[in-house]
Amino acid sequence: MVSIQDLHKKFSKNQVLSGLNLEIGEGGIFAVLGPNGSGKTTLIKCLLGMVIPNKGQISVLGRNVKNSSAYRHKIDYLPQIANFPSNLKVKELIRMIKDLRGNTTLDQGLIDLFKLKPFLDKKLGNLSGGTKQKVNLVLTFMFDSPLIILDEPTTGLDPISLIRLKDLIQKEKAKGKTILITSHIMSFVEEVSDEIVFLLEGKIYFKGSITELKSKTNQPDFEHAIASILTENHA
Amino acid sequence: MLKILKYSFYDLMRSRWSYVYFAFYLLLGVVLLFLNNDLSKAVITLMNVIIVLVPLIGTIFGVMYYYNSKEFTELLLAQPLKRSSIFLGQYLGVAISLSMSLILGLGIPFIFYGLFKSTAIWDFSLLLITGTFLTFIFTALAFNIALSNENKIKGFGYAILLWLFLAIIYDGIFLMSLIMFEDYPLDKLSLIGTMLNPIDLSRTLILLKLDISALLGYTGAIFKQFFGTNFGLIVSICMLTVWVVLPVFRIIFKAKKKDF
Repeated sequence: MVSIQDLHKKFSKNQVLSGLNLEIGEGGIFAVLGPNGSGKTTLIKCLLGMVIPNKGQISVLGRNVKNSSAYRHKIDYLPQIANFPSNLKVKELIRMIKDLRGNTTLDQGLIDLFKLKPFLDKKLGNLSGGTKQKVNLVLTFMFDSPLIILDEPTTGLDPISLIRLKDLIQKEKAKGKTILITSHIMSFVEEVSDEIVFLLEGKIYFKGSITELKSKTNQPDFEHAIASILTENHA
Repeated sequence: MLKILKYSFYDLMRSRWSYVYFAFYLLLGVVLLFLNNDLSKAVITLMNVIIVLVPLIGTIFGVMYYYNSKEFTELLLAQPLKRSSIFLGQYLGVAISLSMSLILGLGIPFIFYGLFKSTAIWDFSLLLITGTFLTFIFTALAFNIALSNENKIKGFGYAILLWLFLAIIYDGIFLMSLIMFEDYPLDKLSLIGTMLNPIDLSRTLILLKLDISALLGYTGAIFKQFFGTNFGLIVSICMLTVWVVLPVFRIIFKAKKKDF
């Protein structure tokens, strides 16, 4: 599905990714974890072609992403902070994205799922953070793409929406899709993910299942396992 | 690209500023016609206003639009769209809507005044064409500045500085150098000097067409002597086109390499 070789990225003097290699197979939920500034978002943005790597190769579904844009038809991306043009209405934004990406009928179901009907005629600038995130989720899931990338999907969501999101993610997984998630909420990661990828200082520190991580670090639970990696490396 | 252009254009058409800009030109056109009672004199006055004001509005609007639509741009970048079409679409959206405000705002009062029956129609059309060129040039320059500067304040600062330089300081330096080197042959230098500044170039272009030798000045006179009126018009229009094309290429080039 996704294959990354020797990825390097430097922002002026700040080396964010240094020789990262990653293979992600087809199907399943992968959580990308790491401390703040470990390069999670940069990695995702490289995948999407929003950040141009200094060195390295990325291919998505067997196609090199460099200088290409068509492969993004196969990716649904949920950005970290939902920054939408504030003078647009929710309805207009959805229509616009459909116009740009191709038509879909999945949006109605998603609007019902997240109870967004009453907000359709409101301007995006007047919405609360959580509602914006729901709009963001609708925009992401309304295209039936084989690869879904979610950057901090839980931000601002209330408990009931969180449950709905988890159901939605499981449903998408059941369709055989590959889902990439970054999150700092460890309980959420533990609940949904099949495999975790741990980034540290611009490289992959660990890749495997949660049980493997627990046995590697000799910790009884996931949260402490992550914490022990961090204290070992930053103490 | 056309879809992005469409959305940027609609977005701007809904903003208040396009109307303010349009209303300003409408008012300017009406006032000039009533005060002057003479079309060709009104055209000259308009030229002086357009040549300074259009670049200013183009730069400020271009920079402002780029920074304000940053979020929208980031949303678009994650979609299956080419970078060049995103940025070109936005650039054309701004440039076209500004040009429309200019053309409609000035055109309407002049049409009512009886432009079509007047001989000044070509002078007036050339004025609008030059105004459109200047809008496209300075919006492109503004996008270049904004793409190269993450910091809004810096971007605005450079944009204002660019306008100030090309509209005022450049002429000052140019004049000083002509005075300082008056013992040497200066025709080539002043020709090149005029070509390198789109504002001077536009002024020369319009004055050549109006054929008012008293207003042409030294460089204009040389321009006329060197190229003749008609060839001079063609050369200056070609140079204005180059002034549009080069910054647009740099927009595409810069946009391809930028991280978001």
